[in-house]
Amino acid sequence: MIVKKIGENIISPLGFTTEENYASVMAGRSALQREESLWGMPFPCVVSLIADPLLDADFAREIDTSRIPSYPLTKFEKVTLLSTVKALKSCKIDPSSERVLFLLSSTKGNVSLLASENIDIEMVTPSSTGQLVARYFGNPNVPVTVSNACISGLCAQIEAYRRIRSGQYDAVVVIGADVLSPFIVSGFQSLKALSDEQCHPFSATRKGLNLGEAAATVVYAAADESAGGWQMVAGAVRNDANHISGPSRTGEGSYLALQAVLQDSGLSASDLACLNVHGTSTLYNDDMESIAIHRAGLADVPVNAMKGYYGHTLGAAGILETLVTMRAVENGKVPATRGFETLGVAMPVSVTSENIDTEKFAFVKLLSGFGGCNAAAAFTCPSAAL
Amino acid sequence: MSYKVLHRVRLTSEYLELNGVRMGESQPEENFLTQLYRKFCIDYPKFFKMDVLCKVGFIASEVLLDAEGVERFVPRADRAVLLFNHHSSLHADQSFQQTIADPEDFYPKPSVFVYTLPNIVTGELAIRNRYHGESNFILLPYKSQDVMNQAVEAAFLNSGTASVLTGWVEALSDQNFESELLLIIKE
Repeated sequence: MIVKKIGENIISPLGFTTEENYASVMAGRSALQREESLWGMPFPCVVSLIADPLLDADFAREIDTSRIPSYPLTKFEKVTLLSTVKALKSCKIDPSSERVLFLLSSTKGNVSLLASENIDIEMVTPSSTGQLVARYFGNPNVPVTVSNACISGLCAQIEAYRRIRSGQYDAVVVIGADVLSPFIVSGFQSLKALSDEQCHPFSATRKGLNLGEAAATVVYAAADESAGGWQMVAGAVRNDANHISGPSRTGEGSYLALQAVLQDSGLSASDLACLNVHGTSTLYNDDMESIAIHRAGLADVPVNAMKGYYGHTLGAAGILETLVTMRAVENGKVPATRGFETLGVAMPVSVTSENIDTEKFAFVKLLSGFGGCNAAAAFTCPSAAL
Repeated sequence: MSYKVLHRVRLTSEYLELNGVRMGESQPEENFLTQLYRKFCIDYPKFFKMDVLCKVGFIASEVLLDAEGVERFVPRADRAVLLFNHHSSLHADQSFQQTIADPEDFYPKPSVFVYTLPNIVTGELAIRNRYHGESNFILLPYKSQDVMNQAVEAAFLNSGTASVLTGWVEALSDQNFESELLLIIKE
């Protein structure tokens, strides 16, 4: 039995389908914009925001309003539900089946509600949004929300993989989403993690990350060995056990996660079209990843990062970046690392400075996050090789 | 697969239990978590920097892992930390929100912001115990043992995982918290 991708969607400032997003990335477009005083906050920043009018228009087209609550939904709830609905339109599963699980990935959900008066505190936790989505489709299972900092989107896919492999479910709908608010932006600013310019992953000139909004959905299902298309073949999470808000200087957790994924999948460096990394453009993250990549023997594998197109989309990142990479690799491409200038990380790695061709049909996705967590997963597309 | 629960700790705002045996009760006019920290002679000053969610998870895990009776603080990657709750990091979120609520007194505090993720408690436990294995935090609409058991079963599918430190950790304030942590091994 394999775990096969059977449905997908991306909602981002670069498009409301995976196709539109892939085309934007290959054309080198970025959604990052400088804001001098976003929401009145006293500092400039560079962010990527989903335009409300576009979101509301697509939401009105796609959503059956008789199946949602009568109160006004938040932006977070809208992007989450819209992405799920669009992903499920593209695949043949019955979302009301008890054999289907809804699995959400989010770091902060509706946290922006805390700024309002007289709020229902129950609405703040992302698990409430998981319920909203499951109820929309009449799904009887308790929805599960992975909230594992910046690795949530990849960790949730690994969770889905295991729920299918163990026979618990036939299909899992994995939805990653986060939207920005003064809470999130000022928090990252207080940590001195933000750049006031567009980010430069893995570059000597990098000075911090940009934040972005997105929702992305991938649907995985059990399938026969002979089924074509993308499948997830291994996934691992490891902890640095070093610091709650800074990466390990030795790249320990990322290295251990990469090592486990290569061992479990049987893939080696020469099989990989690319290693799609976190590449936040903070000094410490990119250095750490370069060390982990070296230790895992992947220094010659093309490395690319997508933060220059989208910024860091938090709980959506692991799914969004996996889906765009799948679309690129199946088309024989590895996208450029937008914003990359002169290599400036602790260990030399092969960062893509332009879109390149590949003849390989496998890749590894890597992420790391606060709490010392790191995740890696391997994906292959055997049919594309035919 | 079958599993065995080695030990179970229950820590609430009122009492602490190990394997069903009462180990401590909250006394008036004293912070219960600080009282337990001192009672169990824990020497780990970082405790006092933690938010309440981390403190609750930390104290419960200390009692649980002492009960295991094996040498502690030896680096290992075969133990997963998998925790659950409903309200995520709500208490830290509310604290951080207060630092940015007034535009005239806008001063977001990094030391508060770092605790506005529920999985920070898993990181604190990994650091304390030198666990390099899996760590994850899952939010549920309500506490469901069946749903948590399914996630534990899935966690054991990681080839390197031999035991899981798991359970519920919810902390809405210094006076309102509840945790039930289990140490589970694969048989």
